[in-house]
Amino acid sequence: MTSRLFSPIVLLLVLTFLIGPFLIIIAASLSAGETLAFPPQGLSLRWVFKVFEVESFRASFGISMFLAIGGTLAALILGIPASYALSRYKVPGAETIRTIVSSPIIVPGIIVGLALLRYFVVPFNFGILFALFMAHTALILPYAVRVVSASLNNLRSDIEEAAVLLGSSRVGAFFRVVMPNIRGGILAAFILGFVTSFNQVPVSLFLSGPGVRTLPIDMLSYMEITYDPSVAALSALLAFMSLGIVFLAERFLGFSRYV
Amino acid sequence: MSDLRFLSLEKLTLSYGKNIAVPEMDLDIAKGELVALLGPSGCGKTTTMRAIAGLMAPSSGSIILDNVDITRSPANKRPVGLVFQSYALFPHLNVYENVAFGLKLMGVRGSLLDETVKEGLKTVGLSTFATRKPAELSGGQQQRVSLARSMVMEPKVLLLDEPLSNLDARLRLEMRNELQRVQKESGVTMIFVTHDQVEALAMADRIIVMLDGHIEQIGTPEDIYNRPISDFVADFVGFENVFSLNDGKLKTANGMVALSGDIPADAKGLAWRPAMVTLGDGPFEGTIRGTSFAGGTREYLLETSLGQIKAECDASLPAHAFGATLKFDLPVARAASLSRVGSL
Repeated sequence: MTSRLFSPIVLLLVLTFLIGPFLIIIAASLSAGETLAFPPQGLSLRWVFKVFEVESFRASFGISMFLAIGGTLAALILGIPASYALSRYKVPGAETIRTIVSSPIIVPGIIVGLALLRYFVVPFNFGILFALFMAHTALILPYAVRVVSASLNNLRSDIEEAAVLLGSSRVGAFFRVVMPNIRGGILAAFILGFVTSFNQVPVSLFLSGPGVRTLPIDMLSYMEITYDPSVAALSALLAFMSLGIVFLAERFLGFSRYV
Repeated sequence: MSDLRFLSLEKLTLSYGKNIAVPEMDLDIAKGELVALLGPSGCGKTTTMRAIAGLMAPSSGSIILDNVDITRSPANKRPVGLVFQSYALFPHLNVYENVAFGLKLMGVRGSLLDETVKEGLKTVGLSTFATRKPAELSGGQQQRVSLARSMVMEPKVLLLDEPLSNLDARLRLEMRNELQRVQKESGVTMIFVTHDQVEALAMADRIIVMLDGHIEQIGTPEDIYNRPISDFVADFVGFENVFSLNDGKLKTANGMVALSGDIPADAKGLAWRPAMVTLGDGPFEGTIRGTSFAGGTREYLLETSLGQIKAECDASLPAHAFGATLKFDLPVARAASLSRVGSL
C-alpha cells in the first residue's frame, strides 16, 4: 500500500517544486501592493502595465532580442556547416572538435564570462554589444551543432549522391535535398538557442556595461534599487513568452523529437 | 563497331588511398546490353560501378561512353543513371516530385515535364501513387520510384546497385521480370551489380564475374553456368566438387588420384556439380555423412579418399541410409574443365 502512495506523492512534490515558483511569481505580479510580496496584497494589473513603462526594460528587451535572434542565426551559420562536415567527412580529430565546440556549456558561465572579459574584451577593447554578441554566439553554438548533427545523422548520405547523379551540383544537392530534410532540426536549434540566450545571466553579467544590458541583468539591477512587483510581472511575462514559443514549436514541429 | 564498344573501360585503375581496389581493368559493353557485375563482397564491383557513375575518380585509365571520354567529367554532367541499393529517394518530396527532380534541373518545364513524369510512373506501374511520400511506400514501390526517377532522364547507361537485395523473395522474382521488361522496352544499356549468382544468371544477357579487383570470366549465363573457366567461378555457380590437376591426375587431400577418361590437354582443373557425380557404381567409395532432401532431388555428403564429395540423385530413387558406404564415379566426360586454378 505504501509503495502505491509513494510515487504519486513524489510526483506531486516534483511538480510543486517545478511549477510552484512560477505560480508564486504570477500571483505576486498581480499584487496591488507597493512591494514584492507573497501572498499578494489585493489584486490588480498595475504592475503588469508598469513593466511596459520602464524605459530601461524596453531598451534591454531590445538588446536581449537582438542577441537571442542575431546570436542564434550566427551560431547556425557557423554550426550547420560544422555539423555537416563532422557527420559527412572523416574529419581528423572530430571528437576533439566536438568537445571544444561543446565546452561553453560544460564550463560554468561565471568562468566563461570572466575569461571573456579579462582576456578578450579588455585587451582588445571590444564594444560591449559586440562582446555580448560574440559571447552569446559561442554559447549557442554547442546547441546548434548538437541538434543539427542529430538531424543530419538520421539522414542517409546517399540522397546527396542521388541528387548529383540527377544533375545537381554538390552545393545544390545540399540546399535541395539536405536542407529541406533537416529543417525541423534547424528550427529546433533556433528555438533552443533563442531561449538559452534570452535567459542567459552569468556571462552577460560580466560583459554588460553602461547603457548596454540584457534584460535579465537589467532586472537584477532594477531589483537592487526598487523592490516593487513589476519584476515579478516581467518574469511572468517572459516565462509565458518562452512557454508560448516551446508550445508552438512542439505543436508544429514535434520539438521534443530533436532535443 | 562502336555499338559493341558503347561503354569501354580502358586500363581503369581504382584505388582508395594506397589500396588498389581495381587494377587496370579492361571491359567493353555493347549498346542495349543487360550486364551483371557478379562477385563476392569486396571484389571491386561496386567500386567499378561508382567510377562509371563518376562518384569516384579513377587513379588512371579511361572511361569511354558513346565515343566520348567521360573519365574526367563530373558526375552531374554524365549521361549515367544510378539506382541505389537503398533507393535514396528524397524523403521530403512525394513520388511525383522525386521523379521530376532531375528533369526540372535539366530545364524541362510545363506540360512536357508533366507528361514525362506521368509516363515514367506509368512504366513502373505507380500512376496512382504520385502524391505519396517515400515513407508511405513498400520497399518494392520505392525501388520502382527510384527506377522511374533514373529512367526519365534517358541515361545512356543505367547502373543498379544490388537492385533486388532489399526485397523479399516473392517481390524479388516480380522485380526481376520488371527490370528485364523495362530494359528490353527502353533498350537502355543496363549494368547491375550483384553478389547473387542466381539473380545474375536469371536476368543478364552477359555476366562479368569479378574477384579481387579483376575480371575472372565474362560470358553468357550459359557459358558461366556450364563452362566456368576457373575454380572460383565453378565453385560460385554450384560446381561443389572442384579439383586441381597435376600431370593428368586429381590433386586430393590424400595424394594424386588417376581418373579414367581423356582429360583435355590444357585443363588445369576439373569440376563436377553434385548432379554430375555417378552414384552407386564406379571406382571410388564414400561413406554418407549427410543427406538432405531438396524436393526433386536428394543430396548426399560423402566422406571419401578424395576428400568430401557432394553428390545428388533423383529423389524418387530409394534413399541411402546415413553411414552407408556407396560406390561412385567422377566421370571426366561430364566435368567442366578449368583453365585456371588457384583462386580458391
